[in-house]
Amino acid sequence: MEKYAIEGTPKTPTISFDIQNGVLEIKGRSIPENSIEFYKPLVDALDKYSTASKPATTVNIQLEYFNTSSSKCILDVFKKLEAIHKGGSAVTINWHYEEDDEDMLEAGEDYQAIINVPFKMVQVAE
Amino acid sequence: MIDAFNIYDKMERHNILLSFKGDITSELLTSILQIMENKMDNMMEEPKTKKKVYNVLVECLQNLYHHMDDATDENGDKNRSAIFMIARNKGSYNIITGNYILNENIHGLKSRLDDVNSLNKDQLKDYYKAVLNNGEMSLKGGGGLGMIDIARKTGEKLDYNFLEIDNKVSFFTLIIKVTQPQLIQ
Repeated sequence: MEKYAIEGTPKTPTISFDIQNGVLEIKGRSIPENSIEFYKPLVDALDKYSTASKPATTVNIQLEYFNTSSSKCILDVFKKLEAIHKGGSAVTINWHYEEDDEDMLEAGEDYQAIINVPFKMVQVAE
Repeated sequence: MIDAFNIYDKMERHNILLSFKGDITSELLTSILQIMENKMDNMMEEPKTKKKVYNVLVECLQNLYHHMDDATDENGDKNRSAIFMIARNKGSYNIITGNYILNENIHGLKSRLDDVNSLNKDQLKDYYKAVLNNGEMSLKGGGGLGMIDIARKTGEKLDYNFLEIDNKVSFFTLIIKVTQPQLIQ
């Protein structure tokens, strides 16, 4: 498995995980009623990746909306990334937020405070 | 005979943009969110306001969706029905939800709401992070973050009421006010 990809829907984000290059991207909206079910395959893919991770892993998160049901799952994803970081792959999480979206910036800072991985807050134009 | 004008007039006077009564399904939520996005686009609402309202709406509606079944009894499904309304007043939106709740569950919900209402902005942030990171995941996935998130994003107290229907169930009303961010100084 070199690539893991999921097309976005009105309630779930587009996910692309380029295992060959160590690049994970999550973009769009994450507001499903049942987010555990949605995020499980990604958590499993990260588990598998952790056994053969690249020297560097780049993570781009660009969410327009996410619900509280997703927030714990996103934390689970970040905890896997924290383990991968500890395991020797230099992980960077780029947390994108739209200019003026203070709630999304704060959400990124909440994760940054919990997870021991370098976070970069990236402002994007609306 | 149903007096449609009476209902229309009440909704008009309360500036109701949209209302729904019935079973809350996943497909319904998708449609409602789409309709509200279009409405706010048509009203040329500020992006910041649109985002706040959308975020809070998602949490309120998914709360209803997840807790609809809680008051269903063996006698039938009359309680598998809820109401929600979205009102646009001068400078704010009100999101109003109503659903049945078992009387035995009132105490727990009320103390959670009162806890959230007792906290200021910084305390809410700390509480959110603590609950986010407590390692507990409810089957429904939210893990008790919904109300904290609503209070954080709106900066308002959660306004609620329990109306006792009989010795088994009550009707729970929640009113969330979302002030248009550009009006907050």
